Amino acid sequence: MNDEPNPGSPAAGAPRLDFDTTWSYAPAPESTEHLRLRSSYGLFIDGELRAAASGETFTTINPATEMEIAEVALAGPEDVDRAVRAARAAFEGPWGRMPAAERGKIVFRIARMIQERARELAIVESIDGGKPIRESRDVDLPLAAAHFFYYAGWADKLDYAFPGRVARPVGVAGQIIPWNFPLLMAAWKLAPALATGNTVVLKPAETTPLTALLLAEILQDAGLPPGVVNIVTGAGETGAELVRHPGVDKVAFTGSTEVGKLIQRALAGTGKRYTLELGGKAANLVFDDAAIDQAVEGIVNGIFFNQGHVCCAGSRLFVQENIANRLLRKLQDRMQTLIVGDPLDKNTDVGAINSRQQLETIEEYLAIGQEEGARLFQPSCPLPERGYWCRPTLLLDCTQSHRVVQEEIFGPVLTVQTFRTVEEAIERANNTPYGLSGGVWSDKGAKAFRVSSRMRAGVIWANTYNKFDPTAPFGGYKESGMGREGGLHGLEPYVALSRHDTNGARA
Amino acid sequence: MTTSTNARTGGASPPLGSLLVPIDEVGVADRVERLTRRSIKKGPKLQALHMVLSMIDLTTLEGADTPGKVRQLCAKARRLHEDPTLGLELPHVAAVCVYPSMVAEARRGVAGTAIKVASVATAFPSGQAPLEVKLADTRAAVADGADEIDMVISRGRFLAGDYAYVFDEIAAVEEACGEAHLKVILETGELGPLDEVRRASDLAIAAGADFIKTSTGKVQPAATLPVTLVMLEAIRDHYYATGRAVGMKPAGGISKSKLALQYLVMLRETLGEAWLTPDLFRFGASSLANDVLMQIVKQHTGIYQSPDYFALG
Repeated sequence: MNDEPNPGSPAAGAPRLDFDTTWSYAPAPESTEHLRLRSSYGLFIDGELRAAASGETFTTINPATEMEIAEVALAGPEDVDRAVRAARAAFEGPWGRMPAAERGKIVFRIARMIQERARELAIVESIDGGKPIRESRDVDLPLAAAHFFYYAGWADKLDYAFPGRVARPVGVAGQIIPWNFPLLMAAWKLAPALATGNTVVLKPAETTPLTALLLAEILQDAGLPPGVVNIVTGAGETGAELVRHPGVDKVAFTGSTEVGKLIQRALAGTGKRYTLELGGKAANLVFDDAAIDQAVEGIVNGIFFNQGHVCCAGSRLFVQENIANRLLRKLQDRMQTLIVGDPLDKNTDVGAINSRQQLETIEEYLAIGQEEGARLFQPSCPLPERGYWCRPTLLLDCTQSHRVVQEEIFGPVLTVQTFRTVEEAIERANNTPYGLSGGVWSDKGAKAFRVSSRMRAGVIWANTYNKFDPTAPFGGYKESGMGREGGLHGLEPYVALSRHDTNGARA
Repeated sequence: MTTSTNARTGGASPPLGSLLVPIDEVGVADRVERLTRRSIKKGPKLQALHMVLSMIDLTTLEGADTPGKVRQLCAKARRLHEDPTLGLELPHVAAVCVYPSMVAEARRGVAGTAIKVASVATAFPSGQAPLEVKLADTRAAVADGADEIDMVISRGRFLAGDYAYVFDEIAAVEEACGEAHLKVILETGELGPLDEVRRASDLAIAAGADFIKTSTGKVQPAATLPVTLVMLEAIRDHYYATGRAVGMKPAGGISKSKLALQYLVMLRETLGEAWLTPDLFRFGASSLANDVLMQIVKQHTGIYQSPDYFALG
């Protein structure tokens, strides 16, 4: 532990920088003039948008204004059943018979059409989910297109992905995606499933259904046969119906560990395949030989990217004690320059918390952390009056036994601890039920490799954080889930492999 | 060669042990990219354009410079632009920057104004002269009325690892400056990786620089955003440690308003309010002023005028 009292608090009278400047930036909202959103959206089943069989709907709201955006159909058991049957028919029909190269062409076309409509999709993503337009424009959309481009290339090359074996599609995939990267997670799920010849029933998150429904338009325009992708909007119960449906061959879920465990229980003994991408509580280790100013930037990107609604967020900071004061002072100054507010403003760094429910969860953890003895630091930035907001937050003086260190908060909240030795850093980084990701900051290459190879997590970034690429596999250890998405590894959950016999016939 | 004693360093030797601050080039590039995404519009844009004008060291550093050219430069510095229909109230530039032989002419040219006279010295731009010549160069410029001296470091010595020589040389020039402010040009285009930019920045600051400056403008690349970020971070670390505020001057290659505003965004988000002043930030530029003026007029009229309507400096 750090011997100095209150690391991160500059001594009284120490020189301070003032970021409340007489010159700052005017609002620069992205124009929504050309946006045409409907007042209600149906389910996308068998190539058509239709109302739920029960006629029920739910409302999706803009978390930055608390205003209603649209009514969305609430899929019940009958709708899920219809969607799964449509997917089965497409699998046994036109999609199953289509040559792989033709399948690839359609997936390529989807990628290009996402690029063409990127601006519109980015704006809708920010309106529906609260994330800053800077991120939806520069991260979510380019990556979503990149995933379709990448997997489109595999469609007619599966023999090379799995040499000596035959890769057949699994069948109907039930895919449930979270609210933090709505379109990007749809891309992660759909692209490999389609490239390998499966059909899909996709369930977007309750609070962020809109971009998936816009994607449905793209899928139609791209010439995807009806029923290959079906989209059923709803809440947890809709997802549960999908998981339970006997016509589903494979379940892919991204979301909370709690729900992941329920899914795993429900699927036990059914023979259905599944992949789970669940929570995380990543350690970000900063050693005293790191490039500190760049580490500060990486810490900021690690935890405040997408309001901290990121399963691989670097939410536990460990700083070597001899640089803790210097680093934390820089980090606090950097946080003073973060702009929190209107997600559509091009200068916004931290947008709105996705929902009232999530905001309440975060605020509860802030209270718990302080009761446990953590010291709270937040910058003094102004917040809008309406909407769901949380200032970027440090919880200083944390220990391993604090709940805020052990449990995933899924918000812009960073716990801070110090360490003395490399061994201590690794031991504490691994002392968590999760294992999705982590970060190492050191200017010494050997140290970065040695430490990262001993961290038990699926993705370790060295001297950077939150970099994503469709060619790289992503997934967790322990309670962070099972299975990998992205890269060659991301094909495996969607194929059934069998061997060629020596005559080239399929066994 | 003896180490000089001056108020700023207290005769201290260079902090060689601390001259090893690692810089991650990829991380710097990421940060720069993010800073350049800031959108500056309307009122704050106009405010920033005025600030840029007030921070310009209007420069002519040519072998072909004549007293007449310097008089023209000073006239421009005093009176950047007149547009009777708009009634613009424009600031004057921070300084004119000339060779030592032109200091006296420049002094006369800005007489009666608050515009400073800056002179390059120390065998600018190469710095390849004996120390005594460099000190004489400096003293002559100061004697002729220079308020500010822009010196160059001995890059050969620096790259050879002779940091003590470079430190002592800066300290000696600082002493020769007397009351004049000292800007230390690192010539970052000749230093290689950003770690060396940081090392040179720390050395110059420790040796007593009032300002650190990227470039002479005679070597490519001159000022860049990544180099400037690393230098601003060195200034920030020195301020955290000592409370002394060192100034920053990117010079060379900044000829467009948009780029100048990106520098101001970087300055604002790295050092904050105290540095948003010509006392602590300058642009070394010759053609930037007219582009800024064109933008200011455009902010008022909505129309870009022809460059023919803006007088040359």
